[in-house]
Amino acid sequence: MSRFSFRFYYISLAILLIISLIISTRVGAVNISYEQIFTFFSHKLGFSYDPDPNSIQQALFFQIRLPRVILCAFVGAALSVSGALMQALFRNPIVEPGLVGTSSGAALGAAFVFVMGKTIAGPFADAIGPFMLPFFAFVGGFAATILVYRLSSVFGKTNVNTMLLAGIAVNALASGGTGFFSYIARDPQARSITFWNLGTLSGADWHAVELVGISTTAGILICLRYSKSLNALLLGETEAGYLGVNSEKLKMKVILINTFIVAMATSIVGVIGFIGLIVPHLLRMMKSSDNRFLIIASALLGAILLNLADMVSRILVAPSEFPIGIITAFVGAPVFLFILIRNSRRQQQGGFYA
Amino acid sequence: MLRAENIFFKVGNKVLLHETSVAFEKNRFHVIMGPNGAGKSTILKILAGGEKPSGGSVFFLGKEISQFSQTELARLRAVLSQHYNITFPISTNDMVMMGRYPYFKTVPSKTDKEICRMAIAVMEAENLLDRDYNTLSGGETQKIQMSRILAQIWETEKNDNKFLFLDEPVSHLDLKYQHQLLQVAKDMCKKNITVIAILHDINLSMSYADRILLMKRGEIKYEIKNQHEITTDIIKDVFDMDSKIFDPGNGHKPVVVF
Repeated sequence: MSRFSFRFYYISLAILLIISLIISTRVGAVNISYEQIFTFFSHKLGFSYDPDPNSIQQALFFQIRLPRVILCAFVGAALSVSGALMQALFRNPIVEPGLVGTSSGAALGAAFVFVMGKTIAGPFADAIGPFMLPFFAFVGGFAATILVYRLSSVFGKTNVNTMLLAGIAVNALASGGTGFFSYIARDPQARSITFWNLGTLSGADWHAVELVGISTTAGILICLRYSKSLNALLLGETEAGYLGVNSEKLKMKVILINTFIVAMATSIVGVIGFIGLIVPHLLRMMKSSDNRFLIIASALLGAILLNLADMVSRILVAPSEFPIGIITAFVGAPVFLFILIRNSRRQQQGGFYA
Repeated sequence: MLRAENIFFKVGNKVLLHETSVAFEKNRFHVIMGPNGAGKSTILKILAGGEKPSGGSVFFLGKEISQFSQTELARLRAVLSQHYNITFPISTNDMVMMGRYPYFKTVPSKTDKEICRMAIAVMEAENLLDRDYNTLSGGETQKIQMSRILAQIWETEKNDNKFLFLDEPVSHLDLKYQHQLLQVAKDMCKKNITVIAILHDINLSMSYADRILLMKRGEIKYEIKNQHEITTDIIKDVFDMDSKIFDPGNGHKPVVVF
């Protein structure tokens, strides 16, 4: 247990986040210097002495780079908080949105829109087009999560092991569905499905920032209210009940909010794995399993790490870019295995982290 | 007073608890004993509201259990379960503070902290503070859990009736702390707290209990209100063990020897 206070972690993580955001706005297909960023902002705010800043670069900065960096921070926060919530809910450190069906269900919803969207929207494509992807991603993610939840609570109470197995089955079903859509898809559609499944932030614009920013912030603020009940759940469902927690209701509420923030983020950037698994892990080892701390700190650390990953994805094959989901998987999976092996040696003596 | 009317419990066709009515006088130390699988934990869970009976009702202070909100119930009674499987690291301080969860919203008050400190002091568990709960031994976790339970029903001023349910509270404790924990529970009876405990050691039960309920195959077979009522025949019937009972007289409790 660390000696530093919660506040110390919040402040350090917030400072790191700001630094990573600033560095991240600089790099990419076109590098932008700090002086330029400063000039762009002062010009935008109307008190620039420089009459003619580089207008193409300025447009690139405000229309592409900045929204992307901010979107990335929100997505990182959404996925990490979701991981923290799901792990607390299922009292299992290996749970993340990908495992209980949320991501793959959302992916199926998105694949459906990619292939069938034009057909079902018909003449209203222009009007409802932008909302179809988030909507169907939410429907898909929610349906899959609820299916897993229902399957695992056949005997009245939700059993974690059954839930994980049901998650595997529903994931397989959803990926089968996604596979079907890519099979019947024409080439550009199939390419969007593939890219989307690997995760990419290239679709970022201010509309996306608004959508993900609002849903994530609202979701996190609501979930903070449940942090104490989620802590009590650590004792077990019956024992949490003795402390006044209605665990069945709590589960429903948290799954709903969780699916909402994951589906909104996923509908824009696609499937990005492991971030939701690793971030709460790191924080638990650094400081505490208190869910209030985990939710706030996961949002900050998740934003930092996904920003770093996105920076790498832009630098690696510049001026093109690399799917970010591949980077998080390549970095995340070995880190996860390392943690798993190190902990399993001590596991016999107690809990997962003992 | 705590009262159960015609409660029974079954899973599928298997009856774990036969229909029974039982009452627990307030501010007394009630002990439930019986062989494995006799239904002790089941009846304790039903009485504490952790499990719904297949039929019948439980009344706390004359009011049916479902009439209480979850938080009201959490302030009325605390339960020490047999096992806790804690999967995440948590400090012992945070664990004890959970006992105060029914009382504060986000940040514990000074009173909450003070109550936790007192509960830990009563359990003589100060040396376990600031440790990771998962690194404690079995007996040490029992002391910390007991501190948490005591914090949950600790009232400094108000003289409300409260209930303490203990499911094998001393199973991992050494000799000294077995007696220490039961003495703490016994002292709680003087503070308007009714204790209902499951114990396995007959002599330990005889020294602390005001009343012993002996269960067998889902039924309460005997009710012992006075330690002298216990006989070798009862012990043979319930536990299938031959025994001898020594009564030292002059105020001492009888001792069962196997």
